[in-house]
Amino acid sequence: MSQQVGRMRLGPQPGEVIDRRRAFEFTWNGRTVTAHPGDTIVSALAADGERVFSRSFKYHRPRGLLTASFHDPGCMVQVDDEPNVRGGHRLAEPGMAVSSQNTWPSLKFDVKAINRFAGRFLTAGFYYKTFMKPEFLWPTYQKVLRGFVHAGEISPDTPHDYYDKRYAHPDVLIAGGGPAGMSAAIAAARAGASVMLVEEEHQLGGHLRWTDPAAAAELTAEVAATDGIEVLTNSTVAGRYDQNWIAVAQRDLPHARERLIKARARTLVVAGGLIERPYVFAGNDTPGVMLSTAVRRLINLHAVKPGQRAVVLTANPEGDAAVADLERAGVEVAHVADARKGEDVVRVHGRKGVKAVELSGGQKIDADLFVTATGWTAPTSLLNMAGDVPVYSPTAARFLPGGTAGESVLATGGIAGDGSLDELREHAEATGTEAARRAAGGRYHQLAAVPTRNGGKLSKPKGTAATLPQLPVHEHPELFRASTHGIVDYSEDVSSKDLHAAVREGYDSAELAKRFTTATMGPVQGKLETINAIATIAEATGKTIAENGTTTWRPMYTPVSLGALAGRIFEPVRYSPMQPWHEKHNATPLVAGQWIRPDHYGDPAAEVRNVRDNVGIIDVTPIGKLDLRGPDVPKLLNLLYVNKWSKLGIGRVRYGVMCAEDGVVMDDGVTGRLGEDHYLMSTTSSGAANVWEWVENWLQTEHPDWQVHVTPVTTAYASINVAGPKSRELVSRLTEGVDLSAEAFGYMQVRTGRVAGVDDCVLWRIGFTGELSYELHVPASYGLHVWEQLLEHGADLGVRPFGVEGQRILRLEKGHLIVGQDTDGLTKGYSAGIDWAIKLDKDDFVGKPELVWQHENGGGTRLVGIQPLDGTVVPPEASQIVNSRGTIVGRITSSRMSPTLNRAICLGQVEADLAKPGTTLTVHLPTGTKVGARVTEHHAHVDPEGTRQNIDTPPSQPRPHATPVARSPIPASGRTTTIAGWQVDARRSSATLRLADHTLLAKVGIRAAHDGSIAQALGTRFGRAVHDNGSAVIVGSGPGEWFVLGSPGSQDKLLTRMRNLVEETGEFGTVIDQTHGRALMKLTGEHAADLLAKVCGVDLSEAATPDGAALRTSVARLVTDVVRIDENGTPAYLLHCERSSGQYLFNALLDAGNEFGIEIDGCPTAPTL
Amino acid sequence: MIQLPCPWCGPRNASEFTHHGEVTSRPDVGTATPEQWRRYLYFRRNANGWVDENWYHTAGCRRFIRVRRHTLSNETEATR
Repeated sequence: MSQQVGRMRLGPQPGEVIDRRRAFEFTWNGRTVTAHPGDTIVSALAADGERVFSRSFKYHRPRGLLTASFHDPGCMVQVDDEPNVRGGHRLAEPGMAVSSQNTWPSLKFDVKAINRFAGRFLTAGFYYKTFMKPEFLWPTYQKVLRGFVHAGEISPDTPHDYYDKRYAHPDVLIAGGGPAGMSAAIAAARAGASVMLVEEEHQLGGHLRWTDPAAAAELTAEVAATDGIEVLTNSTVAGRYDQNWIAVAQRDLPHARERLIKARARTLVVAGGLIERPYVFAGNDTPGVMLSTAVRRLINLHAVKPGQRAVVLTANPEGDAAVADLERAGVEVAHVADARKGEDVVRVHGRKGVKAVELSGGQKIDADLFVTATGWTAPTSLLNMAGDVPVYSPTAARFLPGGTAGESVLATGGIAGDGSLDELREHAEATGTEAARRAAGGRYHQLAAVPTRNGGKLSKPKGTAATLPQLPVHEHPELFRASTHGIVDYSEDVSSKDLHAAVREGYDSAELAKRFTTATMGPVQGKLETINAIATIAEATGKTIAENGTTTWRPMYTPVSLGALAGRIFEPVRYSPMQPWHEKHNATPLVAGQWIRPDHYGDPAAEVRNVRDNVGIIDVTPIGKLDLRGPDVPKLLNLLYVNKWSKLGIGRVRYGVMCAEDGVVMDDGVTGRLGEDHYLMSTTSSGAANVWEWVENWLQTEHPDWQVHVTPVTTAYASINVAGPKSRELVSRLTEGVDLSAEAFGYMQVRTGRVAGVDDCVLWRIGFTGELSYELHVPASYGLHVWEQLLEHGADLGVRPFGVEGQRILRLEKGHLIVGQDTDGLTKGYSAGIDWAIKLDKDDFVGKPELVWQHENGGGTRLVGIQPLDGTVVPPEASQIVNSRGTIVGRITSSRMSPTLNRAICLGQVEADLAKPGTTLTVHLPTGTKVGARVTEHHAHVDPEGTRQNIDTPPSQPRPHATPVARSPIPASGRTTTIAGWQVDARRSSATLRLADHTLLAKVGIRAAHDGSIAQALGTRFGRAVHDNGSAVIVGSGPGEWFVLGSPGSQDKLLTRMRNLVEETGEFGTVIDQTHGRALMKLTGEHAADLLAKVCGVDLSEAATPDGAALRTSVARLVTDVVRIDENGTPAYLLHCERSSGQYLFNALLDAGNEFGIEIDGCPTAPTL
Repeated sequence: MIQLPCPWCGPRNASEFTHHGEVTSRPDVGTATPEQWRRYLYFRRNANGWVDENWYHTAGCRRFIRVRRHTLSNETEATR
């Protein structure tokens, strides 16, 4: 049963987009309005007889419907909690609460309309001139001006909507789904291209929808029937950047409010059509003044009668057609003024709506609707973003593309010229075919460059460049402004008078006048007003439009919501294997870069005292760890550290400092020698990534001849520092295979052994805290097991955990510096108090010349221990140290109240002449108070002699301990089971898209020359994965880098096999167990690639990334290895990342998979590869 | 965002790489004068045109690569 909703609603129209069988209600400023599905907010309101939708920005003039499209400046409304909704575009929905913006107290009676009478004070540049002085009133001005803001309101309680993101790699991206865009899409797809066709409105068809609905439907059906075209409606191509990096904003998806698509298109076809231009005359913004396209949209798409009695000013056939439409819709056309014959309008009368139209002939005709058809604007912005400079055509009375957008960007349709539908389609088809041809060339070069293809022969694309036909340009009168002044920019309320004033004040170029008046800078972004603005400026300057040139169109094409730009929030987070324990025991979290660490467990001072008195354990997993192997490691260490490394014995550890080439301290840490050619380097937690890159840089660019393999193992180990006088007792209770006695395992030594039943643990005897301490590096999957065993077996010793804050106090008591805290970006080696470590007699090391000069010439500050004379005053870090004249001569870099000494202790940087122990300093506190302080003899405030770490209590015998349990970084929720000693998720899913934790698989890393005999023996190269005897998968994960994946628990067997394979070649190669250093997961299902395309910018198409492809890229902003390994024809991907981010990656994939109904699958008992 | 032609991985978004600046050459440590050394540390051509640059493919093959890039047009040429 069809209903007719609204008193202005017409009978059924051939091209209408509303569903008359259904109707629903929403509210408009509290009043209930009925709409049909397919109605826009404004079409429903117009059908209901509403004429005023907003008040203008400055003068608060009533505004109505002008274009009835996305760009309608007067139709911005608030919908529920969402401001600035395009009422001419957004579809009405049941229950929506729509209200007008920028009106107070109501749309009908707006107090601020008084601004109309104050108009002469609100002219161009008003804000710049009026609100400058006095400066102290700025906050007041701001408050007053805020009240005039023409935007809606958002409540601070608005829930965060889901905004999505996706990458795409179409061969051809077509902006505009009108007849030209559709024809180009069909032609490009038929030529073999993958096409993305983007249309701003809710349907394809463009102007055909109201000029020839049957043709629109036919073309739309043809697009749907053509393979290889992805159609995105209600989506905007928002920007085009270098190398066709294209932003598409997709709106109103079922699962997300908006989605930003980042497309890398090989060819872009701009087919944006033409936008009708308003005419400038007195009263041109009165509700009831509409463009010819607006009335035709209303009548034909929404079956709304735009008025009762109309006057039409037409200069083109489209205007003439509008007259016919009006008559058909039952509107009385009182007069048609033909601009081609010199007829013109003077002004319209009426305030809240058109009452009469005054024409140049002197007639004044009563009417409630005045329709103008005075010309077009080519929205060339995407072409401009590609470097094109549009050229003004006086013949067409609009700008046309300059043809300089480059090879990869083409234009067709109304933007490019005029013509009949057949002419336009012919041009578009030729353009689409040529776009496909050019894309094929680009695709060939891309495929030839990627290592992931399966080796099939790539054939060069055929076909020769086509000469594109030229579209004719039809004559159109140049009509911009009548004899009266009117509004040029509706969004910003800028009149032609304002532009004249701007020119009079000297802003006589388009770019200057635009900025001074803000014309073209509102939400419409120039689409309606640019040409009128330029024409007005030309008129005021006495120049031609061509001489003036146009303003520059920049991204975005239309405003895009900030939510869409933000997309999904990808902020990788890293957790240690002991995180579940920390959380359970109420650790206060500390965000340190990507790491979440326990700052303390309630009372850091008590934690410190317990370390000094008994024994404490701290989770130091984030400490950077690099596994270094090869005969040339000592050369590398000598180059990167300021101290000497040639004579470091096996089992020995040394503290080292790295400086950059400018001599500034970059990082520090200890490095130990585990075997003949095997070293383990530690770095600061925050410097881990930088140091790795630094090491690789020196190896790859300066010394590619050195035989060194660097493997980051930071998260392959859970690191636990056991510190305190009872630490030997505790560690020895759980350690097998290492003699922990003071004589056998001295300070600054390293051993490997078994801790709490876990093999391959590395034990360092080092002391950041100043106590006897052992740093245990445990294969990460067993971290939680060892942590819990230490707590259990040390209960009688008083063991308790301590956090980062406790450690910071302990190290400050001991006077150990922290790079980046006690040094800064200017602190050279000799300013860091490490003079003893710098060996200037080495031939070369990084930063040496700068340190030689600092040593010779002095300069820079010195790091010293400082104690305030009044021990109860703790000067905040960064407090300045001043001399008697008040000049800054240093600063406090670290300060705490020492629980051991019960007094304030500090480290600080002071000028060299103040560094002598005993010197009295003046510390300027942030409160303004000055306090005295003394330079201490040593950096260490506690135990400067270092006796505490030399306690020689005997070790105890190993005790029975719990059986080790291996755990994945992805917590198993619900039912668990045990496979090869791993506690894993037992649930199973048969969903069509599944994500399963595969961390328990054995993973062995191999490094060797990318083209040597080891590479040959492994049987695969970078970019491809192969099955090895059916039992393992060998992945070419990098140039000269492989991963071997095997069944759970098989790592020892794999290691042996691979080591033998390497040894047999006699070539330099490294084999490392990475089972505990990587989180591994498997994504299986038809939509697997669609999911990955939401988090990964790499082209996952069948051609570029077929079965067996292996690559490393950024997935949800995390460096991730991706291996395609299909399962019985179903696409499947293995993804692995460094272990600590495993949970983050898993969650990011689940989030991206929601729209495809992803489910978590458990670990299969025998993982299939 | 531009793509860089990684000689190992193929074209990839520049956000996967870390820029290491123009290619420089390290003076001999034993004989470098302060002026030469600081020229190496701080002086760059900063040309409007073709520049040889070092990039590290942080999120990819983890190789340091050399790219010739036109600083105005962002055209690139790969050199391994």
